[in-house]
Amino acid sequence: MRITCPLCGERDRREFYYKGHALELNRPTPDAGEEAWDAYVYTRENPAGETRDLWYHEGGCGAWVVVTRNTVTHEVLATELARGVRR
Amino acid sequence: MRFSGLRVLKEGLTGNRGWAPHWRDPEPKTEYDIVIIGGGGHGLSTAYYLAKEHGLTNVAVLEKGYLGGGNVGRNTTIVRANYFLEGNSQFYSHSLKLWEGLEEDLNYNVMHSQRGIINLFHSDGQRDAAARRGNMMISQGDDAILLGRDELRGMLPYLNYDNLRFPIYGGLYHPRGGTARHDAVAWGYARGADSRGVDLIQNCEVTGIDIKNGKVTGVQTTRGAIRARKIAMVVAGRSSQVAAMAGMRLPIESHVLQAFVTEGLKPCIDHVVTFGMGHFYISQSDKGGLVFGGDIDFYASYAARGNLPTVENVMEAGMALMPMIGKARVLRSWGGIMDMSPDGSPIIDKTHVEGLYLNCGWNYGGFKAVPGSGHVFAHLIATDTYHENATGFRLDRFRTGRGIIDEEGKGSQHNLH
Repeated sequence: MRITCPLCGERDRREFYYKGHALELNRPTPDAGEEAWDAYVYTRENPAGETRDLWYHEGGCGAWVVVTRNTVTHEVLATELARGVRR
Repeated sequence: MRFSGLRVLKEGLTGNRGWAPHWRDPEPKTEYDIVIIGGGGHGLSTAYYLAKEHGLTNVAVLEKGYLGGGNVGRNTTIVRANYFLEGNSQFYSHSLKLWEGLEEDLNYNVMHSQRGIINLFHSDGQRDAAARRGNMMISQGDDAILLGRDELRGMLPYLNYDNLRFPIYGGLYHPRGGTARHDAVAWGYARGADSRGVDLIQNCEVTGIDIKNGKVTGVQTTRGAIRARKIAMVVAGRSSQVAAMAGMRLPIESHVLQAFVTEGLKPCIDHVVTFGMGHFYISQSDKGGLVFGGDIDFYASYAARGNLPTVENVMEAGMALMPMIGKARVLRSWGGIMDMSPDGSPIIDKTHVEGLYLNCGWNYGGFKAVPGSGHVFAHLIATDTYHENATGFRLDRFRTGRGIIDEEGKGSQHNLH
């Protein structure tokens, strides 16, 4: 699997650290309640197919990248900088 | 049809013409008391113990492919009870005891081999941790022996004891641990469940779970609708998809875990050996192949194959531990889809829907749990109470923060286990 860093170009998967689903960019407010925090920290849609997850270009420029990819085929469909995605 | 030495001899002398299929291939009925979704190791053992321990035989196991075609056939076949934490230790101890009587119970040769497991340690700190774990195993009633470097050399002469980075200080020996023939475990439970009247329905994918007034009423399948009073989801690898049919979102992320086997070799590795630094575990199958594995690939995946960086990592760990392995040629590799839970421990629980039960989240360790998981899950389904050895595997432990079972002490969030 190769991932295209928006800053560095296409790179080996080994340069990246995997964090998890991109929903982790949307942290609930402290008083959002148990339900919202459970959905943020623990429960996952965990799709078999297209997903969006968060990778850190640890062995490169240090950017956080949102990767749209297919969990069944490992095809990488799109990448973008996380800072542009974060609400 | 019972297996015996005499029977094998007789069939061998008469052309093996007397063997019959081990289970029926029934058409699904329109209604059952209990429907089990998933005909893998855990689903089949659940069905077996429902019939055997609780007398519940109006039961169907629905399998979308063929019996035992999922993770029970895609693992490294290790059986052990060397857990440390309350919640885990009594459960795996319970499961190992069931393993020890399994072949007689099922009248089936699952090739359970208690060849012993040795977890190596490579520093003083790791030795202390191993001693502590061993004491916990002994206090649970299981067996553990702390081996020094010299004792270990006599048992495992082929290891690289003087690796500059990872010298071997000793190992924690669990003599009752070992391996079993993975497929035979599924087949033995299938045969046992079928002979007690359970219907095993293959090529039958569940496409919907029917719920009325907060209560299950049945399932929709590719072979028609089936009504049921109770439904059990035992589909590790696809848990999130099946639970979504009941409107649930699970604390599970699916990852691919790869394993490897070499060409058949003469006997050289007598035990199950695990590396204490890299994640690497190895044993030798009865056919002679060295069976080994390492870490998951560490990104969400449903592909039953992995990527090369993990292959390389596992091979490097093997070479660091036992350089002789470099002479063996890898025959094939495969990947299984693991239900990774945030704390690395499984979930066996009721759900918010009446009559709907959940068994998932087996992480790296589902195979050894097959007897125990089925046994305690059958207890939960039949009695609606938790088995005494499985009170900790609660679904709500993440949301509430109570009763997290973090065996590795890494923390309870995705991507840590």
